[in-house]
Amino acid sequence: MTEVVRVAGSLRNRLAVTLVGGAAVLAILLFVVVRNYAAQIAQAGQDQIIGASVSSILDAAVVRDGVVDVDFPYASLSMLSTEFDDRVFYAIYQDDAVISGYDTLPRSDIAANTDRQYETVVFDGVPVRLASASRTLIGAGFRTNIVVSVGQTQDALSGTLNGISRNVALFGAGFFALATLIAFWATSTTFGQLQALTTAITRRGPKDLRPVVKPIPAELAPLVSSLNSLMARLNQSLLQSENFITEAAHRVRTPLATVRSHAETTLHRVERPENRQALRAMVRAIDESSRAAGQLLDHAMIAFRADNLDQQDIDLGALVQELLVQLTPIAEMKDIDLEMTQDGNAAVRGDPILVQNALRNLIDNALKYSPAESTITISVSDVPTAHVRVCDQGTGFDPDEIDDLAKRFKRGTNVAGIVGSGLGLTIVEDVAHAHGGKLTLENQKTGGACVTLSF
Amino acid sequence: MRFLLVEDNIELAKAICSRMQLDGHVVDHAERLEHAVAFSETGEYDLILLDIMLPDGDGRSFLKAHRAGEIDTPVIVLTARSEVSDRISVLDLGADDYITKPFDHAELQARCRAVLRRKAGTAKTITRYGDVAFDPVAGNLTIGDRVINLRNRELRLLELLISAPGQIFPKTKLIDRLFSYEEDVSENAVEVYIARLRKHLENSSVSITTHRGLGYRLDHD
Repeated sequence: MTEVVRVAGSLRNRLAVTLVGGAAVLAILLFVVVRNYAAQIAQAGQDQIIGASVSSILDAAVVRDGVVDVDFPYASLSMLSTEFDDRVFYAIYQDDAVISGYDTLPRSDIAANTDRQYETVVFDGVPVRLASASRTLIGAGFRTNIVVSVGQTQDALSGTLNGISRNVALFGAGFFALATLIAFWATSTTFGQLQALTTAITRRGPKDLRPVVKPIPAELAPLVSSLNSLMARLNQSLLQSENFITEAAHRVRTPLATVRSHAETTLHRVERPENRQALRAMVRAIDESSRAAGQLLDHAMIAFRADNLDQQDIDLGALVQELLVQLTPIAEMKDIDLEMTQDGNAAVRGDPILVQNALRNLIDNALKYSPAESTITISVSDVPTAHVRVCDQGTGFDPDEIDDLAKRFKRGTNVAGIVGSGLGLTIVEDVAHAHGGKLTLENQKTGGACVTLSF
Repeated sequence: MRFLLVEDNIELAKAICSRMQLDGHVVDHAERLEHAVAFSETGEYDLILLDIMLPDGDGRSFLKAHRAGEIDTPVIVLTARSEVSDRISVLDLGADDYITKPFDHAELQARCRAVLRRKAGTAKTITRYGDVAFDPVAGNLTIGDRVINLRNRELRLLELLISAPGQIFPKTKLIDRLFSYEEDVSENAVEVYIARLRKHLENSSVSITTHRGLGYRLDHD
């Protein structure tokens, strides 16, 4: 039974996306945090050196004869040299005027006597880290404020930062890849157990309604226990309906058999033609109703079995032979010969009960519609595909109806007076379709019908 | 022939018994499994007709016990189920054939004959009349050292005529015997088979005579 199941999302995908997404967020966070921390440390290092440079310049500032004199050592600036050839700028201000250095260097807004203040400014089109410090110099009747600013471009710093970033990015990507692998491994082991359970249930035969006893993870226990109880209920109701059908058939058929036997006995005792005719009609009606009941049940059974198709190797030749033994007594009553020819080893895979029922219907039909003392030929062959062909010497099919005869309750118009339910060929066709085969009806040139069930 | 009918429905059993007695058979009826066992142990039967659903047990257990006891009286199962699988399981358990209720007694006869023929060896079914020996199970007629195989309808016709030689059988009786209820046949249809039997019986002491307006009778010189 292939029911359409509504699928909304997948647990596996949801879990995988969550795990992989989480790993990605973690990797990015790691990158940002480590990079920022590295940037802060690198900046602090640069600040330390520029600060030292500013201090050493400011320390060299003295008041001599009422004039500010800054004679700072060469080392004050050379300490700032880097492998990236960063440029260094300085400016010394006395009160508001520049007394030395770049007068275009942005002036730091700094209070008097402040020790080392850092900022990043844009100078000459590039970012420059600027350290400033100020001190008030006091001479005789002289008081002045000196500010020293030293700036340095940040090429070395960004070089270092880029290097760190690259490493952190590689590390983050590695972490992400590893986490993704672990995520997939975790999801597949988790859902592997679910898959194993599904396979165990799918592999069961149509009639296997035993509870699942394989050990399962605790999370699946509620699902499996409700599945088990559902199967138990299904089994119970199948048993009940099987018993019901058996019981119903028994209850209906037994009184019918009584009536039929009585009717036959009475028929032998009455002489008047109208009574005899009535009794014959009665027997015929009993046959018709029991046949219809039987075929309706068969039809229901076939619908059920076709949905849960059994797969066994069937030897069509052996099956036909077995059927012929059973049907020979009926054929003999009309002196009909059942001839079987076999060509090759016709084997099919499927439900032997269904195939037997279909073949029985075909031969039954041939027996019903054949004249006395005729021959019915049943040929079993595997060329071109496995098939059974039943040919009789009856009146054949009405060519106008031949395409419709397999429809439910459809009977030929040329069969008046012969008991039938109109379900026989429907059953055969259903069985053919369930096995991927087909039913072909045709008339022989020499007269008589030929019905082929091919697989 | 002697039959043992195992059937719990008394009405049906009565109907079957009276129908079979009409064909000249002797039928014992067992209503329950225990009676059936007792009957089959004491009586000599040609055939057992067994219902599957019985009040004191499943007919299948009788089959098993029957087979285990190595009694080889053939068994035909009367089943009210139509499930094919059930039929198969009944045959697997050692029934020789089955027939689904309600059934045509002519078909039951045919099945009995087929089963007995398969079992063979039971030569006691031969009926002798005049210089003719008739074996309905084998389906042949022996006149002197000549063996004639009969077709089924010829056989059934002769079976009826030979069951009461000297009695006139009306055409209607013969038609009931030969043709199924599905077919509408004219009274003349029986003449074909009478003619064939007469041909078979040529050069024997037995003959079929026509009694105009009454029917046919089997006589011998």
